[in-house]
Amino acid sequence: MARATTTRSKVIFTVIGWTIGFLIFFPILWTFLTSFKSEGAAVATPPQFLFFDWTLENYREVQSRSDYFKHFTNSVVISVGSTLIGLALAIPAAWAMAFSPTKRTKDILMWMLSTKMMPAVGVLVPLYLIFRDWGLLDTRLGLVAVLTMINLPIIVWMLYTYFKEIPGEILEAARMDGASLMKEIVYVLTPMAVPGIASTMLLNIILAWNEAFWTLNLTAANAAPLTAFIASYSSPEGLFWAKLSAASTMAIAPILIMGWFSQKQLVRGLTFGAVK
Amino acid sequence: MATLQTRATARIMMSPAVILLFLWMIVPLVMTLYFSFLRYNLLMPGTEEYIGFLNYQYFLTDPAFFTALANTLILVGGTLLITVIGGILLALVLDQPFFGQGIVRLLVIAPFFVMPTVSALVWKNMLMHPVNGLFAWIARLFGFQPIDWFAQMPLFSIILIVAWQWLPFATLILLTALQSLDGEQKEAAEMDGAGAISRFIYLVLPHLSRAITVVILIQTIFLLSVFAEILVTTNGGPGIQTTNITYLIYMQALLQFDVGGASAGGIVAVVLANIVAFFLIRLIGKNLER
Repeated sequence: MARATTTRSKVIFTVIGWTIGFLIFFPILWTFLTSFKSEGAAVATPPQFLFFDWTLENYREVQSRSDYFKHFTNSVVISVGSTLIGLALAIPAAWAMAFSPTKRTKDILMWMLSTKMMPAVGVLVPLYLIFRDWGLLDTRLGLVAVLTMINLPIIVWMLYTYFKEIPGEILEAARMDGASLMKEIVYVLTPMAVPGIASTMLLNIILAWNEAFWTLNLTAANAAPLTAFIASYSSPEGLFWAKLSAASTMAIAPILIMGWFSQKQLVRGLTFGAVK
Repeated sequence: MATLQTRATARIMMSPAVILLFLWMIVPLVMTLYFSFLRYNLLMPGTEEYIGFLNYQYFLTDPAFFTALANTLILVGGTLLITVIGGILLALVLDQPFFGQGIVRLLVIAPFFVMPTVSALVWKNMLMHPVNGLFAWIARLFGFQPIDWFAQMPLFSIILIVAWQWLPFATLILLTALQSLDGEQKEAAEMDGAGAISRFIYLVLPHLSRAITVVILIQTIFLLSVFAEILVTTNGGPGIQTTNITYLIYMQALLQFDVGGASAGGIVAVVLANIVAFFLIRLIGKNLER
């Protein structure tokens, strides 16, 4: 039963809640606003919040000076590519674990999780050398491979928790009605599994998009995704805040929107089902 | 009941993922272990030789290691302190009914989706810059001397940035846990005359304990290997004041090309992470049985 809440407490919490929300979101909002300023206005004191000459110049500059869309494409290829390959590997695995579990299923799941605990820096040296010797340094192929392996345990786990919620009785009922295995998969299981697969996909694109250890260490000019591209702003020449903001806004906007859509699945994906 | 045939099919379905993951884990790890016993510097090819535990001895007795270890612990501990306490408070607020709750929730989780290099550079320049930064302006507004964040308190500055990135994660998980708290229990406690504070201590906090543990463990895993934020703001400096273990090994490997030494460091990092992982795995494993 919902408890009656007084209007007064509701108003108070509205004020508190919005203040906190605004403060936490502020750096992002500030980046967004700064991206429309001239470089002079970006560093002005006192800061100009809304009343400045809005311009799209920075977005044009970022693209023309540094080939922004190449890096954007790299980000898309690497995050989507690694997620799709990961799903192709993980769907059958998670399916088998959820629908014909054996004594060892749990051990395999825990072991997969444990590979996630290995700090990246522990295998930095050999991976760097392998990449160097195989000509994979600064290639999208190399990064797709690494990110696939990094996120594979999370994908398997998330899918497993979703698949497990598909009740076995439905399968039995379908079988009783004479459905073949093929029909069972196409008409019964797939429609129930699609939402889980979709949210797994979303979360993993987000994680791969923002991954910033391997992308920084294994790429240079060619395959650098946005994480590494933005890092090049750490040694700037001249005025650059407005351009940094424009590049940042474009880098985070698509993923922020995806993140907002997947927020419900986020908790489950990131805690391996430990909190739902 | 799984038949023999379905069991075989299941094995085939699992094997690609399992085999690849196994190779991914074991091959580099064995190589790291092997390199860690060699004198091996990329700048001096052809001089590789077995030197026993010498790399470990150098790595573990280097004063930089202890500084980096301390920095790592402060970074992890400080961030955890801010995010867990902040997360609990935020979750409590967001759990109350108010106008525009859904939108505020979206605003609060937003930082989690910002890539580390962006958040580090935006904070370092536009917020924390000692002259033109927003914080400097606010400080002057109230008549204070602006803080030169990265010169005066470099490690704390990084903690602030990392905490901003992880606060949404803690909040979201704690909020989810909070919402699963039985409303009737709260009501009963209220009827029995429990005040807001004792309700929080005796009812809410115990209910959250499990989620708090999950937050601490998962964040620790990620925070042990904070890298990008350090790379783009301080490069580990000034001196080695913001160098953590991950960054120390990175410097040894890719800036000094000392493969042997970096590998020994890598193994040390793996051992440290495993201590944390041991507890996390047990916790999640327990959950799997329910």
